[in-house]
Amino acid sequence: MDSQPLTETHDEIVRVLRDDGTPDPAVDPGLSTEELRKLYSAMVRTRVIDERLVTLQRQGRIGFHIGSLGEEAAILGSAFALRERDWGFPCYREFGAALLRGLPLQRFIDNMFGNANDLVKGRQMPDHYTCRQARWGSISSPIGTQMSQAVGFAWAARLRKDDAVALVYFGDGSTSSNEFHVAMNFAGVFRTPTVFFCRNNGWAISVPVERQTASRTFAGKGIAYGVPGVRVDGNDVLAVIAVTRRAVERAARGEGATLIEALTYRVGGHSTSDDPNRYRDKKEVDPWLERDPIERFRRHLGRLGVWSESDEDTLRAEADRQVREAIAVAEKTAPPQLETLFEDVFADPPWHLVEQRAELLRGPRAPSAH
Amino acid sequence: MPQMNMVQAINDALRVAMKKDDRIVVLGEDVGKVGGVFRVTAGLYDEFGDDRVIDTPLSEGGIVGAAIGMALYGMVPVPEIQFADFIWPAYDQIVSELAKYRYRSGGEYPCKMVIRTPVGGGIRGGHYHSQHPEAHFIHVAGLKVVCPSNPYDAKGMLLAALADPDPVLYFEPKRIYRAAKGDVPEGEYTVPLESASVAREGRDVTVIAYGAMLYEALDAAERAAQEGVDCEVIDLRTLWPVDIRAIEASVEKTGRLVVVHEAPRTCGFGAELVSLVVERVFFHLQAPPRRVTGFDTPFPYTLEMEYLPLSHRILPALLETARA
Repeated sequence: MDSQPLTETHDEIVRVLRDDGTPDPAVDPGLSTEELRKLYSAMVRTRVIDERLVTLQRQGRIGFHIGSLGEEAAILGSAFALRERDWGFPCYREFGAALLRGLPLQRFIDNMFGNANDLVKGRQMPDHYTCRQARWGSISSPIGTQMSQAVGFAWAARLRKDDAVALVYFGDGSTSSNEFHVAMNFAGVFRTPTVFFCRNNGWAISVPVERQTASRTFAGKGIAYGVPGVRVDGNDVLAVIAVTRRAVERAARGEGATLIEALTYRVGGHSTSDDPNRYRDKKEVDPWLERDPIERFRRHLGRLGVWSESDEDTLRAEADRQVREAIAVAEKTAPPQLETLFEDVFADPPWHLVEQRAELLRGPRAPSAH
Repeated sequence: MPQMNMVQAINDALRVAMKKDDRIVVLGEDVGKVGGVFRVTAGLYDEFGDDRVIDTPLSEGGIVGAAIGMALYGMVPVPEIQFADFIWPAYDQIVSELAKYRYRSGGEYPCKMVIRTPVGGGIRGGHYHSQHPEAHFIHVAGLKVVCPSNPYDAKGMLLAALADPDPVLYFEPKRIYRAAKGDVPEGEYTVPLESASVAREGRDVTVIAYGAMLYEALDAAERAAQEGVDCEVIDLRTLWPVDIRAIEASVEKTGRLVVVHEAPRTCGFGAELVSLVVERVFFHLQAPPRRVTGFDTPFPYTLEMEYLPLSHRILPALLETARA
């Protein structure tokens, strides 16, 4: 990987796990056994939660879920590469990363139900959680708006002599937004310690990457802004860690931003509201199932002799039990109090919100929550 | 006490605040060495340096987006949008992000900043250097919108806005940037947000105005006085959250209301002010409320003085309302 310095953009795709299953020692981030097991467990937990939440939505118990099936290596590997002091600016598909960084599972599941314990007080759709204590940003649905914010945040850190780095997530579709251009341009001009992490998962709802860009690669877009771009096998968690670590270290050294294009695939629909069979051939999906990032990583751990069948059974049973328990608690938790509707619009409610709160409280109640 | 114009008063407020609080940074287009196209930030670059008075790439969305990131970190950014007419590329960041941050994060991420921008016509600026877009922002939950009309208020309200925990849009009426002069105390003082002032006391008609149009309203009120109509002119100062008590008290006294603003009439802020008065003090009203505003056209160039609700258009509305 030394042949790919992070000062320019390359087309080559960085990989650690070779086709024969052995790691490339030149790129291997060299995780300890404990780290390897923790990382693998987080990936499996993410998938177990994803599957459970899709089921809940199908059963009508939650309204929506936007999953990360097939993208676990890109999502978990990048978050794993951050240092404690670094910050994440998520899109809406990275709950697994937030959990890894310290979002309590119960709080995440509370968000799926929008109940009284939801950290965003039931004000946002599922998967729009927040967690400041995990140094994790607040999520909005508009595409790309978090990018210039991650630039400003990292820039502020540098101005305050803090070597924290901000990593921002976005999909291939977001590279078409004005926000991508604006944020990359500011990051280039001011050399902000920002890591742009593009999950190139092939699809923006029903629109394939060919309709997002005529560029040969997404990483190549960095050239226009003076920001080096690097392409990484997004289904190879060790490669994602290696590349992200280098970008984080580079940013922390004051050398500026990096654009990472993680090549992965959205195996599921865009969200539970989407049916990908309407616009893509199942034959396109099959090869990606072969490259499943979790299976691939498990084969590697098995070969290293640090993961057994019984480890796998224990992990899955435990993850399933934990998510079911969290769901049971969240489902029984009351909705937010009516008064909370008017909190946090401003630090203190002005007269008009005080009046509208009184109007709501004395008025008739809506027929049912849903 | 030194005499200042609006430009000097705003500049002085920024200097006073930046000296006291090193979290405050100014960023925008041409705010650095040249001191802003209206010179509002003149001298700040030399005094505070490139890290606190920052010339940015030409992108309003980037300026506000980056400022939001800075605010989330804990700094107090003061982005300048060179003309309010150019704020629209930042509208998504302001509406979808800035206004909602505290709310959507359950209070975890307050997003405090003051966005400064010159507003209003009468400077031969045509469509794109003249608009007064307050209604677009007042309609968005989570934003405070202010528009001072004199140097004393300009400094005191900017210092109050910088101390406020919520995002504030600070509209600077550029037609009176240099025309409005007055005594401005040195050092620190604040004019509380959400408080209107009575610019002229009167018994017969309440006139609500703000920014540059305050002076047109005052001129019309003087001319109305010569015809025996005694107007009370309220300078709103903070547009939202509006000082509703001041408006109620005045209309309860006069029973008559005329609202003046530069922006187009339909769905303009005057519509909200009239609705509030009708809903709250209807039984005190003795005449239909009136609006004297810009027309529902794009802002014109050659005929801008015909478009603006100047004194000559306000006066007949005052007399007719007084006699209705």
